[in-house]
Amino acid sequence: MNTIPTPQIDYFQVAPMLIVLGAAVIGVLAEAILPRRQRYLAQVAISFVGLLSALVMAVFVFKRLDPNSLSPKRGQVVAMGSLAIDGPTLFTWALVLIFGLLALMIFAERHLEGGVLAFAGQAAAMPGTEAEREASSRGLEHTEVFPLLLFAVGGMMMFPASTDMLALFVALEVFSLPLYLLCGLARRRRLLSQEAALKYFLLGAFSSAFFVYGISLVYGFAGSMSYAGIAQAVAGSSDSKVLLYGGLGLMVAGLLFKVGAVPFHNWTPDVYQGAPTAVTAFMAAGTKVAAFVALLRLMYVAFGAIHVNWAPMIWIVAILTMVIGSVVAVAQTDVKRLLAYSSVAHAGFILVGLLGIRALGEVGPQDADGVTAVLFYLTTYGFMTLAAFTIVTLVRDANGEATSMKHWAGLGKKSPLLAGVFAFLLLAMAGLPLTSGFTGKWVVFAAAMSAGAWPLVVVAVLISVVALVFYIRIIVVMFFADSEDNGVSVAIPSPLTSTVIMIGTAVTLALGLIPGPLLDLLSRVGVFIR
Amino acid sequence: MLNSLSVLSSQSPVVAPQGAGDMTIPLILVLALPAAGAAILLLGGRRTDRFGHLVGTAAALGSFVCALVLFFNLLGQPADSRAIQVDLWTWFSAGRWQVELGLLYDQLSALFLLLITGVGSLIHVYSIGYMAHDDRRRRFFAYLNLFVAAMLMLVLASDFVGLFLGWEGVGLASYLLIGFWQHKPTAAAAQKKAFVINRVGDIGLSLGISLILATFGTTSFAQVSELAHEANTGVLTAIGLLLLLAACGKSAQFPLQTWLLDAMEGPTPVSALIHAATMVTAGVYLIVRSNFIFDLAPDARSAVVAVGTITLLMGAAIGCAKDDIKKVLAGSTMSQIGYMIMASGLGTVGYAFAIFHLLTHGFFKANMFLGAGSVMHGTNDDVDMRHYGALRKAMPVTFLTFAMGYLAIIGFPGFSGFWSKDKIIEAALGENLLVGICAIIGAAVTGFYMTRLMLMTFFTKPRWEEDVHPHESPKVMTVPLIVLAALSVLGGLLLINDWIVKFLAPVVGEVHEHHPPIPAVAVSVIAVLVVAVGVALAWFLVGKKDVPREAPEDVSPFVTLARNEFFADAFNDEVIAQPGLKMIKGLHAFDDGVVDGAVMGGASAVGGLAEVSRKLQNGFVRSYALSLVGGAVLVLLALLVVNL
Repeated sequence: MNTIPTPQIDYFQVAPMLIVLGAAVIGVLAEAILPRRQRYLAQVAISFVGLLSALVMAVFVFKRLDPNSLSPKRGQVVAMGSLAIDGPTLFTWALVLIFGLLALMIFAERHLEGGVLAFAGQAAAMPGTEAEREASSRGLEHTEVFPLLLFAVGGMMMFPASTDMLALFVALEVFSLPLYLLCGLARRRRLLSQEAALKYFLLGAFSSAFFVYGISLVYGFAGSMSYAGIAQAVAGSSDSKVLLYGGLGLMVAGLLFKVGAVPFHNWTPDVYQGAPTAVTAFMAAGTKVAAFVALLRLMYVAFGAIHVNWAPMIWIVAILTMVIGSVVAVAQTDVKRLLAYSSVAHAGFILVGLLGIRALGEVGPQDADGVTAVLFYLTTYGFMTLAAFTIVTLVRDANGEATSMKHWAGLGKKSPLLAGVFAFLLLAMAGLPLTSGFTGKWVVFAAAMSAGAWPLVVVAVLISVVALVFYIRIIVVMFFADSEDNGVSVAIPSPLTSTVIMIGTAVTLALGLIPGPLLDLLSRVGVFIR
Repeated sequence: MLNSLSVLSSQSPVVAPQGAGDMTIPLILVLALPAAGAAILLLGGRRTDRFGHLVGTAAALGSFVCALVLFFNLLGQPADSRAIQVDLWTWFSAGRWQVELGLLYDQLSALFLLLITGVGSLIHVYSIGYMAHDDRRRRFFAYLNLFVAAMLMLVLASDFVGLFLGWEGVGLASYLLIGFWQHKPTAAAAQKKAFVINRVGDIGLSLGISLILATFGTTSFAQVSELAHEANTGVLTAIGLLLLLAACGKSAQFPLQTWLLDAMEGPTPVSALIHAATMVTAGVYLIVRSNFIFDLAPDARSAVVAVGTITLLMGAAIGCAKDDIKKVLAGSTMSQIGYMIMASGLGTVGYAFAIFHLLTHGFFKANMFLGAGSVMHGTNDDVDMRHYGALRKAMPVTFLTFAMGYLAIIGFPGFSGFWSKDKIIEAALGENLLVGICAIIGAAVTGFYMTRLMLMTFFTKPRWEEDVHPHESPKVMTVPLIVLAALSVLGGLLLINDWIVKFLAPVVGEVHEHHPPIPAVAVSVIAVLVVAVGVALAWFLVGKKDVPREAPEDVSPFVTLARNEFFADAFNDEVIAQPGLKMIKGLHAFDDGVVDGAVMGGASAVGGLAEVSRKLQNGFVRSYALSLVGGAVLVLLALLVVNL
């Protein structure tokens, strides 16, 4: 009779993730135990302490790595072969945790809604009913958003670390489910928010189905759930590979859905627009990082041997994503939707970088240019998009955030500083020099060029020109359009929000002026282990 | 054996400077002082108005003292280790190319340093008086200091790119100073003209430097001079021609000469310093400095000689026909620089004499320009010589000093110009009879027009305007004149014992076995005789007759030609400017129609595509799900079709 082995878990290595998930659980408990008045402070404190100590722990674990040495110093596969704790994982963890901390600050913002959170007072109350009005007049708020945020962060940490298809799937759901919920919790425009949440959930479930089906096909081919086993089967087998390609395609479809690549992007504009802007900011930054690193790991660690076979497919998707994302963005009239399309276009640029990686299996750290480029791009994009969405929360009229572009007309006169910062972030997204966006695009394009993907780089450069149009259009509207008296004003936030904007902008500027240190760090991050 | 080989191939000396040692500080200061002066005066603004001229003059004098220290130190060294270099910092690097910002001080730069800072200081002093009544005197001194700093950069750079920095710097200073009286439309037009025409030359220089970089992979004098003999002659000729184009622009040589006469719109000290003594000789410096290239490119040297010869005749002819005293002097400057360029084109036999003439010309021409300024100072800024006459009594010091310059330039035996011009004519005759004859004719014409100038200004009957009361200028102006006059007389001392030739030999190469077809004494005698003919002609045509107050209209076609500067402006306008304008109009139309059309068309295409594709975003989950399925199919197809 078979015995189920006791799982061996190296708690030290996975501690950062466990701390976050543990804090989330404590948060749930606190929600049940503490009186309503104390919950806000307690939740913020728990989340803050949890994220910060996880970050410290992640740095601590990272310090013990030596990418140039042999295993186990350059990384270990832990938790029964389901999680890889290596350089890229820990860098991603640190990044996700920093984004989590920044997101926590904008989640905790209470100045903008007159002393309550920007989340629904009582989510169960139907929009427009007496119950909702009552909830709002009693000043109710859902402090559950903080544990939800922590769960999402925990999932986003597990996702890129997974080296086992089941772990990958679990992680996917762990970070997706809290996001579905959070999307529906907007205090204002609740119908739109709920619609967004439902859409996201339905389509997410749909894509998960593809994903799981893909897993089963790949398992059918390889007979193993672990990346190492799959890699072995892929490299060794001479059987028909229909199962393999079918499974790979469906899994990739599921992951491309998460990163918002065309044609799996349709949810992005609707969800980004409907979700509470704080959630959008977190989603845009965090999900992209986690999902792209997970995609990288899956494609190169498990399927690296057939790199040449799947690369054309990524070419097609990358081109479609850049073109559709940028072109459709030109026609947008809503700032949040526009930023959503911009995030789609950015996903395309990151895919270009993904193709800059020639082979991951046996490369030394000095060859991992493509990985460096992708991680760098993700870092820059995360900071600038967080700051940009945070600025969106500040431009308000009587109905809350005023995201229509015509409301932004003349903002440069009302608040030159804010409009100036936003313009700077937009130029960074467009990839102008002196911003991190330029450096990011440059390293990504350079990596793709050196891997011989020059046609892709040509398309990417041309598309960057198109992208410039819609970014600059906002700047033109802000600074050169006549401002009408439309009741739009720039709210003065608490230091929490200002800090996020400041950090995002400062990092964007710093990485534009002196990208060297981060690039150095990334080149020492090392390889994905299996 | 090795020695004789190097003589046969006439290999030019390699630039191999040593460390600067104790001289580092003076070498940096010589450049830093005027630069600091310019910075203080420009940044200090009105606060420095009261003492600005003193700061500027002190900076120039300080620089001169440093130059003297450097020079005497240099004389104390053995001849083969006189070149020193200070590497300041790496200016920029790209790939394998590195540009070090360094200062190279050798025998050639030493002479230039003395000329620039010495004459520069005198002109600074003179300007204190000349510009005394100008509201913007402080700014004038700031620009002068800027010019001196840039000119020193030009002659001290150890790298073609550093030279280019100074080259552009003097261009800027020249632009600012020509148009110093910007309220005068003519001055504004003149500065613009000088700038634009100099651009043409500057393009030559930048292309030349680019070609040097492409050929040798470096732009430092030391390395290029070492590698030059490895390059093929065609490339070297191309480099030489491009550098010649640069020299033509800066030194107002044919065909880029037209800006110099207009540049006389600037204040007279500017004309003396920049457009006579120093900046316009930068072209000569460039060619002599690049001797390692020209020595190996005989065709380029022939072009240099041709350009110099044409310009020396052209300038002399213009000098004969002009009535504006400064323009006569400008034409004369063109002509004299023509001599220098021609001499430098002769190769090793000519370099030293080109520099010798450059120095003596720097003295006597600065002297005469400042003298002209002094004359203008006493006649309410009138420049028309037909309104002068008999000024020798009203301004004796100016007259006497001017006379020294006059005797020097026409080559009166014993005066500095005699020695330097004579040597050039001798060298020219030795190389090519036609060129030599042209040089002798030029000397005769010089005698004519300078005598005409002297007579119309200081002799003949007074033809003054009614309210003009000519008077001598203040001491601050006459003392520099006296110093320069002394230099004009004594400049020839540099040739004692062939000193300057031997002094410069380590830089420009040694002359071997030079046999002129006619003995040197005969050349001198012939030159003096033809000059005497020119002087006599002027005496009979100008001195013996009454000079009309209005320029006569019924003149020979030659005079018309010379008066109009050989219609070079009209030629430039018709042949270059007008077609250029037409081309620009055409390009503009092309830009509007085709380029903008394509861009705007592209934009509308993107917009149209955007409108179409946003319709796909209809908000229905079912269509999104369908698109998801479509995407999955696409991905699967892309995988399966490619691979199975």
